[in-house]
Amino acid sequence: MRRTDVVASPAFSPRRVGAMVLRYWYLLRGSWPRLLELAYWPTVQMILWGYINQFMATSSGWVAQGGGVLVSAVLLWDVLFRGQLGVSISFLEEMWSRNLGHLFVSPLRPGEWLLSLMAMSLLRTLLGVIPAALLALPFFGYSVFGLGLPLLLFFANLILMGWSLGLVIIALILRYGMGAEGLAWIVTFMLAPVSAVYYPVAVLPGWLQAVAWALPSAHVFEGLRAVVYDGAMRWDHLAWAVGLNALYMAVAVGVFLYGFHRARVRGALLQTGE
Amino acid sequence: MTQRPPDPSAADASPLRPPAIAVEALTKRFDTPGGAVTAVDAVSFRVARGSVTGLLGGNGAGKTTTISMLLGVLLPTAGRVEILGVDMARHRHAVLARMNFSSPYVELPHRLTVQENLTVYGHLYGLTCVKKRVRDLADQLDLARFLNRPSGGLSAGQKTRVALAKALLNEPEVLLLDEPTASLDPDTADWIRRYLEAYRARTGATILLASHNMPEVERLCDDVLVMRRGRVVDQGAPSDLLARYGRATLEEVFLDIARAETPMTERANAAD
Repeated sequence: MRRTDVVASPAFSPRRVGAMVLRYWYLLRGSWPRLLELAYWPTVQMILWGYINQFMATSSGWVAQGGGVLVSAVLLWDVLFRGQLGVSISFLEEMWSRNLGHLFVSPLRPGEWLLSLMAMSLLRTLLGVIPAALLALPFFGYSVFGLGLPLLLFFANLILMGWSLGLVIIALILRYGMGAEGLAWIVTFMLAPVSAVYYPVAVLPGWLQAVAWALPSAHVFEGLRAVVYDGAMRWDHLAWAVGLNALYMAVAVGVFLYGFHRARVRGALLQTGE
Repeated sequence: MTQRPPDPSAADASPLRPPAIAVEALTKRFDTPGGAVTAVDAVSFRVARGSVTGLLGGNGAGKTTTISMLLGVLLPTAGRVEILGVDMARHRHAVLARMNFSSPYVELPHRLTVQENLTVYGHLYGLTCVKKRVRDLADQLDLARFLNRPSGGLSAGQKTRVALAKALLNEPEVLLLDEPTASLDPDTADWIRRYLEAYRARTGATILLASHNMPEVERLCDDVLVMRRGRVVDQGAPSDLLARYGRATLEEVFLDIARAETPMTERANAAD
């Protein structure tokens, strides 16, 4: 090989991001149970909540007025959960395979790796949620895509929040090792009660409402109900969600970079694994 | 950049070019529940371009910690590392594409096939013709039959060859190897050593290898650094070490150093 075959190493390389996406895609496509699992839970949740929705529509005026509100809520909740899980799982794959040592002696930079984790999270979320959303049509005659542009805005805000959570979880696992692995599966669910996924924030006691309004997810689900019930886009909720997401993403990136730096100080990049 | 001329004979110790590796007062202390532990203690050494240098030492001597700091995945508590004249603390990414690393203790993803793993790393190292390079390396390292097999399903010898293929993807100018023949049968280990000799002869690359295998070090290395308790306690060509300690094999020298209260060089330095 001639040395000219190796191109200069730029500060940011989309190709390196692509290489990491390729690495996670190879893993995903090589395992049909993993692919199936992506769509399995969103579909089961959608069907379960869809029938609850249908039953309650006959006995509850609130649900009856908002056709498909629970189906939309469950699908969007899965965007948040899958968004976080997509980032965390791709990271955990590196821990399980003890591959971090090889990755970070290559020219790969932490920022490029983060982008690849986010790209994979987006892919995994779409692979999981879109089939479930399509199945809502034959099961309930309801299309979440009927929400239009607001759906895209809700999706973007929830997946951003999921990524922020995922980055903080990565930093915690880098700090505390595989003993903190379980955080990847529980942290987002801890926020479900205060995200007001299936009920208005007003149901919560006053002090908990303050917590809820500090979460982008609560603003998104309030916005969702406004669209479904009133046919109105609540731009104030959207603005809050975007602002909070910007703040949390900045904090999460800072926490991740600090966690990564500390891992280099402690030698954790070469010693991770089961 | 043009192809490097083969440099099969001697290491390039020209004063005009910085050495391949320059380490100054490198120190690493780890905070543990029992207090601070100094794993590497003010180590200084230089590795000439084109040389093969062995890093010897017993378990816990600080070899892997030193290599981790050379690679930049472990930050030193104090001291300085330069690779190919580049300060690793400040400009590590300027030189990472020109070096590589292999260790049996840092694995490649098990569920990816050999081809997939090498392809991913080929792109990470910025190769322009990844497919061709993977195919060439597979031929050279006798991996063609395994390209479509998951890396995790290979034998120890096959895994070592895959790890070596990954380490050679970018044809590194500086190659760091942590126990490259650990747990291999004699035939496979010999094959790896011959390959490394040929690689160095063809490319003039600098190789730093940590090893517990003394015949391997005698055979491959121009220079040897001996570490004990986090310090470099002796250094020299294998023949010089044999003469200095009056021993017939490097293994005997290693045992002398490992069991001595104060190694010979430290005694000489103290006398000075």
